[in-house]
Amino acid sequence: MTTELAVRVEDKLFYNRYLVDAGRAHIKVRPHTVPSPALLTLLKACPARCYELNDKGQVEVTVDGCVECGTCRVIGEPSGDIEWSYPRGGYGVLFKFG
Amino acid sequence: MIEERFDAIVVGAGMAGNAAALTLAQRGLKVLQLERGEYSGSKNVQGAILYADMLEKLIPDFREDAPLERHLVEQRFWMMDDRAHVGLHYRSDDFNEERPNRYTIIRAQFDKWFSSKVREAGATVLCETTVTELAQDAYGRVIGVRTDRHDGEVHADVVVLAEGVNGLLGTRADLRERPKPDNVALAVKEMHFLPRETIEARFNLKGDEGTVIEAAGTISRGMTGMGFIYANKECVSLGIGCLVADFQKTGETPYGLLERFKSHPSVAPLIEGSEVKEYSAHLIPEGGYNAIPQLYGEGWVVVGDAAQLNNAIHREGSNLAMTSGRIAAEAIFQVKSRKDPMTKENLSLYKKMLDDSFVIKDLKKYKDMPQLLHIQSQNFFLTYPQLVSKAMQSFVRVDGTPKTEKEKTTLRSFVKARSWTGLFGDAYRFARAWR
Repeated sequence: MTTELAVRVEDKLFYNRYLVDAGRAHIKVRPHTVPSPALLTLLKACPARCYELNDKGQVEVTVDGCVECGTCRVIGEPSGDIEWSYPRGGYGVLFKFG
Repeated sequence: MIEERFDAIVVGAGMAGNAAALTLAQRGLKVLQLERGEYSGSKNVQGAILYADMLEKLIPDFREDAPLERHLVEQRFWMMDDRAHVGLHYRSDDFNEERPNRYTIIRAQFDKWFSSKVREAGATVLCETTVTELAQDAYGRVIGVRTDRHDGEVHADVVVLAEGVNGLLGTRADLRERPKPDNVALAVKEMHFLPRETIEARFNLKGDEGTVIEAAGTISRGMTGMGFIYANKECVSLGIGCLVADFQKTGETPYGLLERFKSHPSVAPLIEGSEVKEYSAHLIPEGGYNAIPQLYGEGWVVVGDAAQLNNAIHREGSNLAMTSGRIAAEAIFQVKSRKDPMTKENLSLYKKMLDDSFVIKDLKKYKDMPQLLHIQSQNFFLTYPQLVSKAMQSFVRVDGTPKTEKEKTTLRSFVKARSWTGLFGDAYRFARAWR
């Protein structure tokens, strides 16, 4: 089930245009050993599935497919679990329709 | 970056920012508008419906060259369970008028056009520039903004924060709190392309007529949320949104909801064979009147989604954005005309003018609605749609059961699910919140 959904989200993101700001992620996850409940929520709540568990069971973020909605900020910033900004001007998702 | 000083800096080029920048420039103020996208519109996401009245106040002849999709002649509300929908359907030829009232639009295209009007009016529009923070003096007065450009500080008498629902700058400067999970909905949307004739046949439209379907019920899995289907010329905008707090609580995925909504037997035939060309997501302010933050301060005002100005019940946002942007600009112009400084006290005029407009009046009317729908989400989005669907099926299915017996069964199912107290209580609470 999980893999099926993962594939589907990637397919969806494939429709979109992005200008990736290589090496300058606009979202950062605070280093941790055991992820907080808020971080675990992001695995499912992020509409672009940018948050994944690594093999050590920690939550990692890959912002390349981010659609810049701010959901993870609302959930994860109050506790300091993530640091959130917009990408630099011109970078990130480039909506054709919006 | 820019040595010169401006009368006003507008942060953001969505509906609110463009309305503000246009109005300020039309009144002869020296305006700088900053936008982080590669062009105005490239970061903006909406369903989207455009309300003509509010745009006419800014650009009376917009119909001549604005990229509009379809004018709406019809509105459908669907209350859905897993296999059916009970619909309320309003269609009128009166909406085929010379100056139609509502249109579907595609935001990236529309906003680009809107921005061209802002430039024509004389504002300086600078894209690909992310504002990183507000520049404040020793007394905390906002005196300009800092951007991600080299030497990126610019100064102005007043900053109009039209930065969108996330309102990052305002939060960073402690002007207001970050949106809370129960005050914002996360909506995901896809653009489904189909031949024009196919859309017209499937939605029963001719020429540039358009229709809107708003859907609520079991599609949101008991969460506070809604689905929507908007007919554009050659594509269908389809999406679903629920409160972030509910996603947090249930562990549902936004794309999972979207896929289920698309596969619903009432929805699937409308988009069958379509080509999807974009997937987007956006937060929508849902907190209503009680979530409106401080709207003005020393050297700043906040407009549109950043001020949480969205009417969740009527699904209106862009018109509140446009109107708040225009009113803020008019207030600034009045202060400027009197040669008064842009102090908190003087800028309170914006709030006064906004209070007198439909924006605040409408939000006040529904001030208790967001909380009611959230607390009662299981009932309003799951239990009642299921009961109503069953009742309708029993009403229309002819199977030899006497009608009085059918009615008794239906009534019993309602009482069993909610109890008499529950039913009357829900009706009372709903009526009170609506009033």
